[in-house]
Amino acid sequence: MDFGPHLMLASLEGAVTAAILALTAMGLSIVFGVMRVVNVAHGEFYMLGAVLAWVVASMVGASPALGFVAALVVAPLIVGCIAVVADRVILQRVEYDPDRTIVATIGLLYIIQQTTLMTFGPDARPVEPPFNDRLALPWFELGESGFEMFWPWGLSITSYKLFVIFAAMAILTALWLLMTRSKAGLIMRATQQDSETAQAFGIPVGRVYSYVFGLGAGLAAVGAVLVVPIQQAHYLMGHDPLLLSFIVVIIGGLGSLPGTVIAAFLIGMSDGIISVFFTPTLAKIFATLVVALVLVFRPQGLLGRVER
Amino acid sequence: MAAVILETKGLTKSYGGLNANEDVDFELRRGKVTALIGPNGAGKSTFVGMVSGRIPATRGQVIFDGQDISALPAHKRIQLGIAYTFQITSVYAGLTLRENIAIAARRRLGKDRKAVQTKVSGVLEQVSLLDRADQDAGDLSYGHQRVLEIAMGLVQDPRLFILDEPTQGLAESEVDDFVTLIKTLVGDTTILLIEHNMDVVMRTADYIHVLDNGRSLASGTPEEIRKNTAVQAAYLGTDVDA
Amino acid sequence: MSDTKRSHLLHLGVIAVLFALFFVLPAYHVGNLSRIMVLAVYAMGFNLLFGYTGLLSLGHALFFATGMYGLGMAMNSFGIAAEPALLIGLICAVVMAAVVGFLALRTSGVAFMIVTLMFAQAGYLTILYFGAYTRGDEGFVIPQPDRMIAGIDITGETARYFAALILFAVVFLLIAHVVRSPFGRTLVAIRENEERTRMLGYDTDRHKLKAVILSGTISGLAGAAYALLFGYAGATFATVQYSIFPLLWVLLGGAGTTLGPIIGVAFMFYLIDLSSSVTQAYMLIAGVVLVLLTLFAPQGLAGELRRRVMRWLP
Repeated sequence: MDFGPHLMLASLEGAVTAAILALTAMGLSIVFGVMRVVNVAHGEFYMLGAVLAWVVASMVGASPALGFVAALVVAPLIVGCIAVVADRVILQRVEYDPDRTIVATIGLLYIIQQTTLMTFGPDARPVEPPFNDRLALPWFELGESGFEMFWPWGLSITSYKLFVIFAAMAILTALWLLMTRSKAGLIMRATQQDSETAQAFGIPVGRVYSYVFGLGAGLAAVGAVLVVPIQQAHYLMGHDPLLLSFIVVIIGGLGSLPGTVIAAFLIGMSDGIISVFFTPTLAKIFATLVVALVLVFRPQGLLGRVER
Repeated sequence: MAAVILETKGLTKSYGGLNANEDVDFELRRGKVTALIGPNGAGKSTFVGMVSGRIPATRGQVIFDGQDISALPAHKRIQLGIAYTFQITSVYAGLTLRENIAIAARRRLGKDRKAVQTKVSGVLEQVSLLDRADQDAGDLSYGHQRVLEIAMGLVQDPRLFILDEPTQGLAESEVDDFVTLIKTLVGDTTILLIEHNMDVVMRTADYIHVLDNGRSLASGTPEEIRKNTAVQAAYLGTDVDA
Repeated sequence: MSDTKRSHLLHLGVIAVLFALFFVLPAYHVGNLSRIMVLAVYAMGFNLLFGYTGLLSLGHALFFATGMYGLGMAMNSFGIAAEPALLIGLICAVVMAAVVGFLALRTSGVAFMIVTLMFAQAGYLTILYFGAYTRGDEGFVIPQPDRMIAGIDITGETARYFAALILFAVVFLLIAHVVRSPFGRTLVAIRENEERTRMLGYDTDRHKLKAVILSGTISGLAGAAYALLFGYAGATFATVQYSIFPLLWVLLGGAGTTLGPIIGVAFMFYLIDLSSSVTQAYMLIAGVVLVLLTLFAPQGLAGELRRRVMRWLP
């Protein structure tokens, strides 16, 4: 393949990564934005979503499409509920103290991961995509007789991957509407602004925190359900999404939702493109160092504003 | 020795376009008690924050004992002999009283354990907290925590002692003890006192400096300030012409 | 008896007990105890920063691995003898700690944790990237004949135990001394109230940097000693898990106590040892312990002891 088509393929793969990442990182960002805590177990909620998707899909069994749809509804709900329980049982009791929350969610990370290992086992399991047609893509080049369209060998994407991109966009739009147009969103934003005042105005801050934590985990699970037909479910799969979500949330500015989407797009695309042309390890070294240095020298994030 | 120990020139602090302090020129006389007064929000705490280095100034100069300290970080200024007590009590709640004061003393006395011990016990006695020396500071009453805060300043033998509302929340008898304490320090130590309690101001201050809306309004002896119509206006809300 | 005297007796007593245990315990536990003592050195390094200074680093594996690879690669790739290699490992750790400390200390709180985590992650990936030299995840073995210190072969059970004990004792007494010194008391003051400490005239930034360097160096020393005594260096020791372990040990044993690290390591070591014979998901225990600790005993074992019985515990 020539460079042009190759780059286009890389960009499409990058867009898929970016779509999943935007959903996952958005979960982390909402939790940080509203509750001011860092959830280190976020990647495990993602993993749990993927594993549950496999469980649900294989229980439904009938047709891949039905199984997938069932998984897309059920898995995030279960994960959300688990997160709500974790919030009530653990985070509420440490009063969302930032340091103790980090330590507690590290514990939660191992509890979820190792329980999955004990029940689900160490094997990777696939979920069949509901549809998976290969769509060849055209490429244009200036030939002897003007623009020519041709179909380079290998330049294609599956219908399912396109679906992932659009599904993620739809969910993010719905989320944006929820945050800006609904009463629930208003309550969340009020709590984010000033939880004490919100409490004084009769907002049940404790319940809001639980739901926000559940919503954050649910978003990670949605991302995971979407990814499972492309990438298999495995009990250690939460590690990379956690790291990448951190990177996205930090680059986008902690707690800034539009910043998170833009950063997810940038990171996802560059991750896709860099890993096509360079080794993934080098790309990751580079990315982690960038995050560390952004935090050191521009703690408000690349896109954030300086407060005060 | 010059009569003026501390001087500020054009000291200004802006927060996003709003000036908390604007061009404050100020002189502090050596060995005297000067009270800094003014209505709430006049910028008193911001001003002493800039003098001590806790709050970085937007512009202006701070000159301490003939040396321009505008560029020095807070800890360097403290090392020159400026002690600072916080408006909101800020003691080491998890440590004993003795350790609280020892931390303050150790910066100057260093590794000399004996000297630190003697000094700490001396100060504890001076502020009548010796019998509570081994309690955790967090278990003290609010009034005692204020006194401890002052003791942590005293133990440093400061040349300039800045006290930000030291009597706030103290019982009347404790206020009297405080006034007595301040009077014993006069001469060796220069004291800059932010105070709301006018009774305390009148009983202790040699000079008064009035801030209003971030600017210097007046300064002089208590007698002069009492007669100053602009000050009366700022405090009573009456117009000067009325 | 004064607190100082009591504290001296306590520390010497612990070392004496560890000395005596060698003659009492069966061989299997003697082997375990050598490992526990070296890991306790790592925990003590971490504790100095977390327990005493109040700075939570989630990337201490970087320092441990720096010491480990500094020594390991000096010996394996360059054929340097054990003693100078140990010094090289130590120097590498000092430099690494200084660089990380200088950068990471520009942040605080949650950002500090994430920055240290990211640096450690970059370090781990770097080890993998240069797999041709470091042998990556698989790691490499340091040949037995090279592992000699001052002409003594430290690969035998006895020599290894006493080498570990000497290392432990030196660091244990050093930490006990440091935390009672004016420097150590200032670190505690920074932990309790940094702003207050700064306004008492202390250069808190400088103190924190010194604490990171001392803590990182001790952790690196532990890593180098681990490689030397057990003859193996691998990328596993640079993973996030090995940054979490010291946190777990110190929280369990008691943050900000001199006894906490050794208690925490020993307790956790046997907990995992017992549970890993039952299930492969032994890290589950670690997770449960972490959550229970944050909920019910944030002071740890030695911390609770100090709170309830012996207030003088250093």
